[in-house]
Amino acid sequence: MSTLELHDAAVRLGDRTIWADVDLAVEPGTFVAVLGPNGSGKSTLLKVALGLLPLATGSVRAPAKREIGYLPQRHHGEATAPVRGVDLVRLGLDGARWGVPLPRRNDPRRARVEDVIRLVGADHYAHRPFGSLSGGEQQRLLIAQALVRRPRLLLLDEPLDSLDLPNQHAVAALVQRICREQNVAVLLVAHDVNPISDYLDQVVYVAGGAAVAGKPEDVITDETLTRLYGTPIEVLRTRDGHLVVVGQPDTGAHAH
Amino acid sequence: MVDAYAAGTAVAITSAVLGWFMVLRRQTFTGHTLAMVGFPGAAAAALAGVPIAAGYFGACTLGALALGGRRLRDTAATGTLQAVALGLGVLFVGLYHGLLTDVTSLLFGTFLGITDGDVAAIAAVSVVTLALLAAAGRQLLFASLDGEAARAAGVRVELLSYGFVLLLGLSVAATSQLTGALLVFALLVAPPATAQQVTARPVPSLALSVALALGVTWGGLALAYDSVYPVGFYVTSLAFAAYVVARAWRWANA
Repeated sequence: MSTLELHDAAVRLGDRTIWADVDLAVEPGTFVAVLGPNGSGKSTLLKVALGLLPLATGSVRAPAKREIGYLPQRHHGEATAPVRGVDLVRLGLDGARWGVPLPRRNDPRRARVEDVIRLVGADHYAHRPFGSLSGGEQQRLLIAQALVRRPRLLLLDEPLDSLDLPNQHAVAALVQRICREQNVAVLLVAHDVNPISDYLDQVVYVAGGAAVAGKPEDVITDETLTRLYGTPIEVLRTRDGHLVVVGQPDTGAHAH
Repeated sequence: MVDAYAAGTAVAITSAVLGWFMVLRRQTFTGHTLAMVGFPGAAAAALAGVPIAAGYFGACTLGALALGGRRLRDTAATGTLQAVALGLGVLFVGLYHGLLTDVTSLLFGTFLGITDGDVAAIAAVSVVTLALLAAAGRQLLFASLDGEAARAAGVRVELLSYGFVLLLGLSVAATSQLTGALLVFALLVAPPATAQQVTARPVPSLALSVALALGVTWGGLALAYDSVYPVGFYVTSLAFAAYVVARAWRWANA
């Protein structure tokens, strides 16, 4: 059974259609990238999965909110929180509960937090102030925060955005490993497919009010991307089989 | 003198806890503006012949209602409100034709001239504030550090933000009677800012903030008792000294 399914889905904000006729099925343990130009409605797709945005038409079947791990898009300045990484991960577990977070002895939740921090490989720096960590370290801890409740579906909004290339690879590899080991379905929003294409099981391109989903080698083609972006795009295949997209307008605001 | 210590203790604890969240949420300027709007409120109350406390509470509540909305959280709008508040304060003092000789007490407080009734009001506001923060502390922490993730987890982020600013306004109004419109800010910002320099662990940081606020308040009262200089000077100087020491300590340990 699919973890997330959309049928003939459309989202409208006011009288603007963000996208329509979207069909998508995400199976457990698959790593899906959501790609497309800025403003095309990639984050909108995550918000629909979360139940934060209603569909105008069509249907969505998603896990309950407590079974979804969500990593929102970060804005600069939020990364200087004067608390430890472990505190932020802990809030992912019980931050919506009433009361005061007083430390207790033999706390089973603390064991869970330590487990998930080890899972993302952040145990060396999780007790340091969050603001003193590098972008890659912060992103690993935030992924741990999204994972701490053992979600069936993990939604990551631009987690690679402010990372350098080696860290983009490292985080994508980490997400792929988690996806396999925990059998969790992952939707990761990105604006550049090249650093992550080797790790993906499926891609969803959102552009020009439509979306095309499928295996990377089926979707990442000259014809499909040129049609979606409305601008000439070329896909190259390197000798070892990597797909490289050239001419992708991945920086400007190309909302069509 | 006993009244001053009792009120000072309540004010120190409440300001340290509320201020800790205020500093964490980067709403220092909002806190400062709430303190400022108390000044015209108190001056207007004096002019109208109603209790000064009513002026502080009325003005700070109105200020909090105006600043609590998410859309109004930008600093320019907050600053504009602060400017007009100061202007109104000056007008009301002027209209009083000099009978309001003690403008400094509106701005810098009347620590030692406090009554049993004032102490009761301050204590009541403190109890309500601390009870609400004890109930919603974890959610407020989540909402303050990571609003989007908190919202997705079901925390009512907007309601908490608004409620927090309202609570800040109420507390500022109660505190202003003691410390005046200017010095309330010292207790709200300095101890939490110092504590957050020292540790990144939330609970110890909060506890240290309270300890520092109590220390500077009691210390300030004790020093001012045998001195010709005002309490406010001692409280702010001690708070500033603690902050400088914390910065130096952090620099030495970096």
